[in-house]
Amino acid sequence: MENTLTEFDPSTEYTKLNLGPTHPATHGIFQNILTMDGEIIVEAEQTVGYIHRAFEKIAEHRPFYQITPLTDRLNYCSSPINNMGWHMTVEKLLGLELPKRVDYMRVIIMELARISDHLVCNSVIGVDTGALTGFTYVFQWREKIYDIFEEICGARLTTNIGRIGGLERDFSPACIQKIRDFIKDFPAAFTEFTNLLERNRIFMDRTVGVCPINTERALHYGFTGPNLRATGLDYDVRVMNPYSSYQDFDFTIPVGISGDTYDRFMVRQQEMWESLKIITQALENLPAGKFYAEVPEFYLPPKDDVYNNMEALIWHFKIVMGESEVPKGEVYHSVEGGNGELGFYLVSDGGRSAYRLHFRRPCFIYYQGYPEMIKGTTLSDAIVTMSSMNVIAGELDA
Amino acid sequence: MSEVNNTFLLNELQFQFADSIYSADEPYGLLTIELDPKQIIPVLNFLKVHPIIHMNFLTDLCGIHYPENKGKELGVIYHLHSFTENIRLRIKCFMPNDEPKIDTITSIYGAANWQERETWDFYGIEFIGHPNLTRILNVDEMDYHPLRKEYPLEDQTRTDKNDNYFGR
Repeated sequence: MENTLTEFDPSTEYTKLNLGPTHPATHGIFQNILTMDGEIIVEAEQTVGYIHRAFEKIAEHRPFYQITPLTDRLNYCSSPINNMGWHMTVEKLLGLELPKRVDYMRVIIMELARISDHLVCNSVIGVDTGALTGFTYVFQWREKIYDIFEEICGARLTTNIGRIGGLERDFSPACIQKIRDFIKDFPAAFTEFTNLLERNRIFMDRTVGVCPINTERALHYGFTGPNLRATGLDYDVRVMNPYSSYQDFDFTIPVGISGDTYDRFMVRQQEMWESLKIITQALENLPAGKFYAEVPEFYLPPKDDVYNNMEALIWHFKIVMGESEVPKGEVYHSVEGGNGELGFYLVSDGGRSAYRLHFRRPCFIYYQGYPEMIKGTTLSDAIVTMSSMNVIAGELDA
Repeated sequence: MSEVNNTFLLNELQFQFADSIYSADEPYGLLTIELDPKQIIPVLNFLKVHPIIHMNFLTDLCGIHYPENKGKELGVIYHLHSFTENIRLRIKCFMPNDEPKIDTITSIYGAANWQERETWDFYGIEFIGHPNLTRILNVDEMDYHPLRKEYPLEDQTRTDKNDNYFGR
């Protein structure tokens, strides 16, 4: 290779190729300027920031409960995890103790969100290798998860689910039924999806050994979540720093070996089974009790009470006008998001809004490793790798 | 795994870098130290290769702006995590407004690359030795650093927007 290049001026031999910003295969708005030698990628230069919306600046001007909708729009494939992560950050700052029931309900919601996130990611890897069937098939099940979210909070994609101090309402019988139906019917459908791809010769040829990264490089680039676990390191925030009573549940952390595209896919596949296990356990052992903590100065009361109950109206007014006492302090809280450790660094100066709020967006950090991973591979491998990394534009650009 | 706690971590740091650690605190159980910005590279190197602590992971890096703290207006906040000992550490380095400069840590943690660019983009903190210190989320033509406190969320005096319909 090198000999042929020295005979010519390399700059005239390489081709520049724009992958993105609006390319259907990038599944989001990212630009990669690839330097190509034939079909081989020599160098990749990334441009990000196309949908930057200044969430951190907005967050400095909004009361805490108005920041939840902003977190929806980070990783919009699993917004409930972001919402819960934010609620838990504020609860940590305020030092609130939540009833067990809230924790379990949150776990159910978060694990459902994780399944929907991984379903989209894994089926899209299928699409990028030419298997559209699995994608259209499992999207139906994502819809069913969204039906459950709709039953809980009324919204589907950008959920704004839950409140600081609990949830906005208890699970309705219809909701419980929908979750039970999902647990009952999903495994059969998911097994079909599994059979379609996991041992599929074409799929394996396209993914096994494609763009691997070892644990050391992955840590260097700040990988977390399934991408890090695919390299063989079992770092999971749910186990390392349990939140929302995750220590009560029995589940395993699937890890890969080589950190290639196939391992990333398989780790997500197994995580969905584990999530299903967690949901089953949480639903079976759902403790009785209240679905919110007794903290009227922070928990927005239900609208019914606000209209018909003097005390609730006063609390509502106080929360909305920012009259509740917030302690000064700084807190870092992280949750295991759909694609890695989603952290919230909140600095409060005692005012009604955050003094500083920084989101640790996992894919903003690990997307840096992408050029190194795709160097020396072909364009089609680069596209499969990008989908297998589960990079979400909303989270990348905040 | 058990002997490493915040006290141990702080003792180790103070033994080596007593003069550079201005203050130490434990808000919500997370050891937080304020460090001389000149010492960031030696401290991080020390923590990363330490035989017991193994601070092998940079969780987060972000900037902060305190306009009232004269001489210490701009800050960089590092969150480190040791996976082997499962302990976290927060390091703060503050710099004066007129010379916000700190060494880059990209040679120690590659993950810092984009995060430092983001901090430069939003706070104008210059990371000396950074391989590619350019704006990352904002447009290249921007001539200010928007997360600094002197910039309001929206210019309240602007007249080119008709907000009458929105009751404003």
